[in-house]
Amino acid sequence: MSERERPTRGTYAVLAVPVGLLVIFFLIPFGIMVATSFYHRVPGAFYTPAFELANWRRLFTSVFIERTIFSIWICLLAGFVCIAVAFPFTYFLTRMRRRPHVTLLVIVLSALSLSEVIVAFSWTVLLGRSSGISNILVWLGLMREPIAYQPGFVAVLLGLCYIAFPYCVLTLYPQLTRLDPEVTEAAQTLGASPWRTFWTVVVPIARPIIVAGFLLVFVFTLGSYLIASFLGRPEHWTLSVFISDQASFNANVPFAAAMAIFLTVLSLVVVAVVALIESRTRRLA
Amino acid sequence: MKAFRWSITIFVVLFLAAPLLVVAVASFNQALYLKFPPDSFTLSWYGKLWTDSGWRGAIERSVFIASTSAALAVLIATPLAYVLRAYRIRLSPLLYTLGLLPFMLPPIISALGMQVFWNATNHIGRIENVIVAHGIFFSTLPLVTISLAMETMDRSLPEAAHTLGADQRTTFRTITLPLLLPSMITGYAAAFVLSLNEYIIAFLVAGYAVETLPIKIVNGLRYGFTPTIAAVAVVFILIAATVFTLFAIFGNLMRFLGADPEILERNR
Repeated sequence: MSERERPTRGTYAVLAVPVGLLVIFFLIPFGIMVATSFYHRVPGAFYTPAFELANWRRLFTSVFIERTIFSIWICLLAGFVCIAVAFPFTYFLTRMRRRPHVTLLVIVLSALSLSEVIVAFSWTVLLGRSSGISNILVWLGLMREPIAYQPGFVAVLLGLCYIAFPYCVLTLYPQLTRLDPEVTEAAQTLGASPWRTFWTVVVPIARPIIVAGFLLVFVFTLGSYLIASFLGRPEHWTLSVFISDQASFNANVPFAAAMAIFLTVLSLVVVAVVALIESRTRRLA
Repeated sequence: MKAFRWSITIFVVLFLAAPLLVVAVASFNQALYLKFPPDSFTLSWYGKLWTDSGWRGAIERSVFIASTSAALAVLIATPLAYVLRAYRIRLSPLLYTLGLLPFMLPPIISALGMQVFWNATNHIGRIENVIVAHGIFFSTLPLVTISLAMETMDRSLPEAAHTLGADQRTTFRTITLPLLLPSMITGYAAAFVLSLNEYIIAFLVAGYAVETLPIKIVNGLRYGFTPTIAAVAVVFILIAATVFTLFAIFGNLMRFLGADPEILERNR
């Protein structure tokens, strides 16, 4: 779109509706949450307005620091695993003929639209003892007795990768379809093997979107609640689970609010880095 | 390289399909508990979705919340996307970011914000609380689809209408809005599907009073597994796969996902 019109008074009136709604139902709630983080928690009751730093001080306790480090660690790992599989997968996908191409896209989108509830539940079944993968291995005679793989660290990681994988593919997809096939053809004409072309030509060109995709998976998995709470033990809980737990079952909303603000800042920093990378790649293109 | 290509594709398909297959098998299994290999086939768990008032109520409630909150999301997104793309607004990038922000941040942030907001206004445990929370959180999706449509729209069409004497309102109603309609529908559909599946916001905002389908499933799972849950899951999967397959047949799925138009020629 080239020419943009000058706004009139009517334009601002139209704009005021959505912006007003976002301010009332997003920014103001956020403000109330900030205020709540300084409130006083009344055990058994709820919370009363006050100004105290107790909730913020709790962010420096070892429990919270442990949760934070664990969340960052498992979400970074999920991002790494996702990108390592999704990047070659998406690259090959974009080079497929129309029919398998669209079929795979439908599978990816169907997985994307699955509720986290259902994903968490399916993996508890699949990794469980009564009817999971280990039963198939027993049936095949590879194992003597079925065992449970959940709850556990690997189960949480697998679940996080499952929910993030479709998003990861969809972020890589538009860029990878724009990768000029002449570049890879040229490399191969000059004698590089397909394997070598992939590593020395495709991966370096796509490095910025690999980084962006990796960070997006990181933020996305950081927000996941059900996966860690279903597939992990309390020591595998991420910040999102910890916050919801404080906000609902422990009814310590002020502490939950302080942690939520911390999580917001953490996510915003990562999103800002992604935006920076994207604006840079756009300049190169 | 060819072997690698095949193995990674097959691995991904198996990985994505594995949990779905297990759930499908469980939903047709006669036994009350999960068993592998399954013994006898039944459809009774699907029937229970209709006959059991608890499940039926949760389904109806979720569909109501999803359809109204998706409508709210489109109502927020359309004027925002239109004005920011059609007019020179000084704060445009800032306002666009405001529209993206709810969905970009972890959902727990919106969930907790909405919880303290409704507590502060003393308006708790109502279904409209969930509708508003979902409407705001998912408005990002139609905002993105409609903004993309505004960018790719042929500007000469509204200009022609203008030259022929149509005022701004008529041009918007007769030219721009019909051109934006497909992107509004895709935005609506995306918000609808995600709202139907959303757990944590609905749970923290009014979970103890308004039992949506995901909340009912999770509550059910805390007391142990029932095959009805597997049946619900299968219905969800089938709906999603059908919608996207129809999309692939009648629409252009690759283009919609942002593929380079040239690829459609190349990979024919």
